[in-house]
Order: sequence, then C-alpha cells, then structure tokens
Amino acid sequence: MKKEPVKTRELDPQVRTGNFQEVVLGYSETEALAEASRCLQCAKPLCVGGCPVNIEIKKFIYYIQRKDYARAYFTIRERNSFASICGRVCPAEYQCRKACVLNKKQQPFASSEAINIHFLERFAGDYGKDNRLAVASEKEEKFSEFKVAVVGSGPAGLCCAGELARKGIKVDIFESLHKLGGVLRYGIPPFRLPAEVLDFEINLLKQLGVNFTPNFLVGKAKSIKELFADGYSCIFLGLGAGVPSFLGIKGENLNNIYSVNEFLTRVNLMSAYKFPEFHTPVNIGKHVLVVGGGNTAMDAARVALRLQKLKGLVPDTTVVYRRTETEMPARRLEIEHAKEEGIKFEFLTQPKEFEGDEQGFVNKLSCLRAKLGEADASGRRRPVILEGSDFSLDCDLCVIAVGLKANQILIKETAELKINQDSDIVVDPETMESSIPGVYAGGDIVGGEGTIIEAMGMAKIAARAIIKKLAPV
Amino acid sequence: MKILAKEIIADYSGIKIIQLIVEAPEISRKARAGQFVVIMVSEKGERIPLTIVEADAQAGRIKLIFQEAGLTTRVLGARSAGDDLFALLGPLGHPTEISKYGKVILVAGGVGIAEILPVARALKQAGNQVISILGAKNQALLILEKEIKAYSDEFYPVTDDGSSGKKGFTTDKLEELLSQGKYDLIYAVGPIPMMKKVSAISQAAGVKILVSLNALMVDATGMCGCCRVTVGGQVKFSCIDGPDFDGQYVDWEELAKRNQAYNQQEKHICSHFPSAKTP
Repeated sequence: MKKEPVKTRELDPQVRTGNFQEVVLGYSETEALAEASRCLQCAKPLCVGGCPVNIEIKKFIYYIQRKDYARAYFTIRERNSFASICGRVCPAEYQCRKACVLNKKQQPFASSEAINIHFLERFAGDYGKDNRLAVASEKEEKFSEFKVAVVGSGPAGLCCAGELARKGIKVDIFESLHKLGGVLRYGIPPFRLPAEVLDFEINLLKQLGVNFTPNFLVGKAKSIKELFADGYSCIFLGLGAGVPSFLGIKGENLNNIYSVNEFLTRVNLMSAYKFPEFHTPVNIGKHVLVVGGGNTAMDAARVALRLQKLKGLVPDTTVVYRRTETEMPARRLEIEHAKEEGIKFEFLTQPKEFEGDEQGFVNKLSCLRAKLGEADASGRRRPVILEGSDFSLDCDLCVIAVGLKANQILIKETAELKINQDSDIVVDPETMESSIPGVYAGGDIVGGEGTIIEAMGMAKIAARAIIKKLAPV
Repeated sequence: MKILAKEIIADYSGIKIIQLIVEAPEISRKARAGQFVVIMVSEKGERIPLTIVEADAQAGRIKLIFQEAGLTTRVLGARSAGDDLFALLGPLGHPTEISKYGKVILVAGGVGIAEILPVARALKQAGNQVISILGAKNQALLILEKEIKAYSDEFYPVTDDGSSGKKGFTTDKLEELLSQGKYDLIYAVGPIPMMKKVSAISQAAGVKILVSLNALMVDATGMCGCCRVTVGGQVKFSCIDGPDFDGQYVDWEELAKRNQAYNQQEKHICSHFPSAKTP
C-alpha cells in the first residue's frame, strides 16, 4: 500500500501571524516513524549526493526506522554540526529531497512525494538537543598549545570553531555585533529559527571551551597581522555576506524603504517588534511591498505582516517579483507559509521608480510588467520587460530583498587578501586557505549558493586543513 | 566597557551636554580623528553612533560627548561612573584625511564642537594653520573652548545671543573670513542646516569642504544601509564610506528627511518612559 507523505503540524495561520512563535512544530515520534517508513533505503541513495555535505541520509533514516534516535543524531552530526538548525532552514527541496527517487516529475524543486528528509533531520536533531547528546570530543594533547581565531559567529564560524575545539585547540570567536550567531540571529526570524535552538548550539561550543568576544570588529580593532602577533596559529574568516544590494532606481532613499538586512536586523536582532520595551524602532505601513523572491524576501514579508497585525492594521503585504512563482529561489515551504498567512504576490513585475510625499516618505511604486524569456546562466527564465506596461502600486513601506554582497571592512583593511571580481575572498577549494598563509575563509565570504549547510561544509574543510597544518601526520 | 567618569559639561535651559570617559583599551589604541563608536546602553537599548572625542591609548580610555536628545541619550546621561555599557564597538568609519593642507577653517555648531576637537588636534599636529569658528546658542553651551583654542591659530566663538564672542552664526564668520583671505580646506560638523550652508559658501568660494555626517545607524558596519546618503548622485553608506564626505556633493535635503524617519516613535518612547532611569 502506498504511504502518504507525513506533514508536520504547524501553528494556525490566523494565530501565528499575531506573534513571532515558531510556525513548524516538527514531527512527533509517531509521525517521524511513519515518514521514515516511506524511505525505500535505496541501494544507491541519490539523496546523499544531493546534500552539500553528503550527510548519510539513508543511514540516519534507517536508525529512525529502528527507533535508535541517538544513532540517527550522531550519523547526521558526523557531517553536519547543526542538525536542529539545518532541519529548520535547509532548502531541502532543492537539495537532498530533489534527488529522492520518489519524486514524480522533473521540476526545479522536489515534489511532495519526496521523503521529508529535512523534517526527519530536525526530529533527530531536536532529539539530540533535548537529550543533551554531545558529540564526544577527541581532544589531543598535541593541539592544546595552539590557538585559532575565528572571525564572525555565523554558521561558518560556529562550525569551524566546533571542529577545532573538539580536537583540543583553543578557539576565540570575534563577532562585531552584540549577539552571537550572525545571519542565524539577525537574518532568520524567530518564527523560522527560535533563539533557543541557536543558543543551544552556541552553549555547546562554550562548554567545549570556545571563547566568544562580541562587540569586536576585526579589521578595525585589530588587524590580521596583530592577531597573528597575539599568538594565533591560524585565522578563519567567516565574515558573511552582509552588504545589502539595492535596485538602483529613483526614489530608493525615501523614508520607509528598507534593505532587507535593516528591516530584519531591527526586528530580529534588536527586537523592534517589542518596541517600546526594546528601544529600537521599526516603521510599518498600511501597504507594504517586499521586492525579491528569495528566502529573505519571504522572511521580510512575513515579518511585515506580523508587524501590521501587532499594530492593529489590516494586513496588506505584497511580494513583488520579476519572474513567476516557479523561478522563485525561496524554499517552497516558505512560499506556502507566506500564502497561508495572507501575503499577496505580484509576479512578472519590475520596479521602476519610487515616489514620495513632502516629508520624504515613500507612497507609491511605479512598475513595469514583464514576461518570461530565455533561460539565463542560472537556468531560470529571464524576465523581459514589456514596454508601455506601466502601472503603479500603493506603497508606504518597502523592503528591498534582492541579494547581498560580501562584507568589506576586513577585506579593505587587508591589502594582501586576494579577492575576486565579486569582492569575495579567493581560496583554495581543497583547504579553504586564502592568499595569506594560515588565513582560511568559508561561507558567504567566498561565494557559493549562500546556504547555511554549504557554509558549514566549507568550514569543515577549513577546520580539517587547519588541524592538518598544526599537526602534520 | 565601564564608565570611568562622567561630567555634565553644559546645562542650559533644558539642553544638557555630557562627557563620559569610558574604558576601551583596544579602541583607544586604534582610534584616529574622525572615527566613532557604536554603543548600547542596555540590553534592550538602541545602537547609536558617537564620535570618539579623545583616545588615551596608554590609559586605555576614550572620551565621548553627547547632547541629551532622545530616549537613548537621556538613558545614557542618567548612567554614572562605575556603570557598564552593554555594548561598545569601534573604532568605526574612516579617519578624517589628515595632511598638511595649509590654512584650514574648522566650523562647528552645538555638540558638533566636541566632534571637531580631535580633527583640530590632528590638523594642528600635521602642521596646518587652524582657524576655528565655534557656534552655540549661548555661552553656557559653547563647550570645549579652552581645548580647541589650544589647537587653533585663530579662534572665533559666535553665539545666537551674543553672550560669548560675536552675536550671529558660524556661517556669517565663515563668509567674512573667506572674503578677506585664501584658505585650503574647510571642515564642518554640526546641525544639517549649518553644514549645508557651510558647504554652499565653501563651494562658492572654491575651497574644498569636508563634512562629518550624522546619519542614523543600526549595525554601523555596512550591513543595513540605514545610514545611506546620496553623494554626487551615488548612494554611500555613512558608516563604512564616511562619515566624512565632500560637502558640496551631499544631498542635504534627503539626509535631513531621512534623519526624521523615526520622530513619531521617538515621541512615543519618550512619553512611555518619562524618567530616563526606568528602562
């Protein structure tokens, strides 16, 4: 008998849009067992190849089938340091799930029949978290004399630090913000990744002996050279891609036009949704537009809608995207969540110009319609503007979520660091070592897909190379 | 991040200017004229930028001076020596370009006087002839007179009411000087209308004008774009591209409007916390 995919329980859209609580509730044991039982345990599991860090998916699902959840957890942890986090934020439908043999049709993302690998990963990850299953450290005496500086406490930095600390290397993480976690903290809203999940992973690192220094901007407060002079044997740069892109159209500096980073930072990092208890304000509008089609666009739209409800406004938030739903890079699950919550979509729409009032606040976005043309380098069909298709949208607040570029402060202060045309740090992919010997980099600062799991994969490669460099065997 | 000393350096008809000495070993070693820090007074506080007025690398201390305006500066003003700041990040921004220009006029208004002190010192030490024009409402608010005088070859205080120096505005004095002599650089810090006018006057006189902008910021490391300003038709971030810019190219009207973006919330939170001791 064919078994139906097991959905996870979620908070009701009407209820959840009135708060910032986690939307996806995750599998119960019964649900996890039912979903795991759908896995065919293929002789040649394609899913593993779909995972950027090649988690042994078949094996961990097998352990879930056997109710050996601890083993399932440790199987994931062999490749992925943060199962609870990735189980919540990985775009699985473009990765492992897309490779699953149960997929019915060829499309850019997995169909619903594919095993819900990410939900199972989350189940195993949360089992490990809730039962305090720590990965045993393999501290070796020979490493105790070394210390490594990790710059940035985002996914790459955290992962690299964990790998090194488990070997017994002393690790200091420097973070410029006052809170730890990088994009996991300032970027991803708590309704997708609750703070306690992130705090748990950070606390584990603290228990391993990793030392965190927030409010410290390497590049300004100390140079790379000075870090080496302080006795660090190696330095890992997990600087992230935090520089927001704008559309470059007229009127974009009007008030109430936010970069997605500013909007989410105010809400997630500074807790502006609890203003005035928290002192950082964020504005909200009656007609909010979010420009972009990625995960941060979905996050911003869902945050905006919640802010509208918290303010007692009638929710009216629209995502403006120049292609169609099929080409949206966002996770399918988040698009579904956004729709359930009442987010509207204007597809095939190219922003042209913002207009504002006398006080300098935005009140309108003029746009052009587009149609889909030939596929571009990314494989997605390119939007072609239809001349003369001008129309306008009411807009008293807009969030621009059209991509991010590499953080530049440290790069600009470090002339010897080789960068490419995108200002990303150039590294040897085998070791993640940069043009400065002993300085490694990983995550968004070296480019790539921009996923958390990919950043972790790079951090693991760097950690292995650092370990090898410190104690050649 | 401990506050080591606090002094109210001006208090006149509801305007309070406060000076803090803060423990900051790393920042004090690196800070150069024109750079700033971001502080958070408490865990629930805002991140606000403040210019580093002085840095004592040996003692590991920096001096910050601010005028109480919104809630955050009032809460900061209510802290005393011995209290810890929740967060302190710096030094941020590019240092002011210091070289031997020749004859330099510094124009500072209000609490901008504090921000011009490190620039005056650095320019003087670089061998420039420094002419300072300081403006305030009233003698009581004309801060740091003695300190800036020490680095100035010529020193011109002006006040709105004539209680100190000449009655009038800094820009009046600037025009007077420019009509009588030749200068190589003008550097201005203060309220936007003042910097705008100084820039226009300097441009008309054909003298290079640098201004230190006071845009709103959140992270102040280039990540949010809250502080974006249009300079010469290009979008710049004050935090990582500035805070100094060529004044003749700044879109002043846009900056003035952007700095008003949260006026309503500021009113709301100030009435929510009538006493700065509560939050």
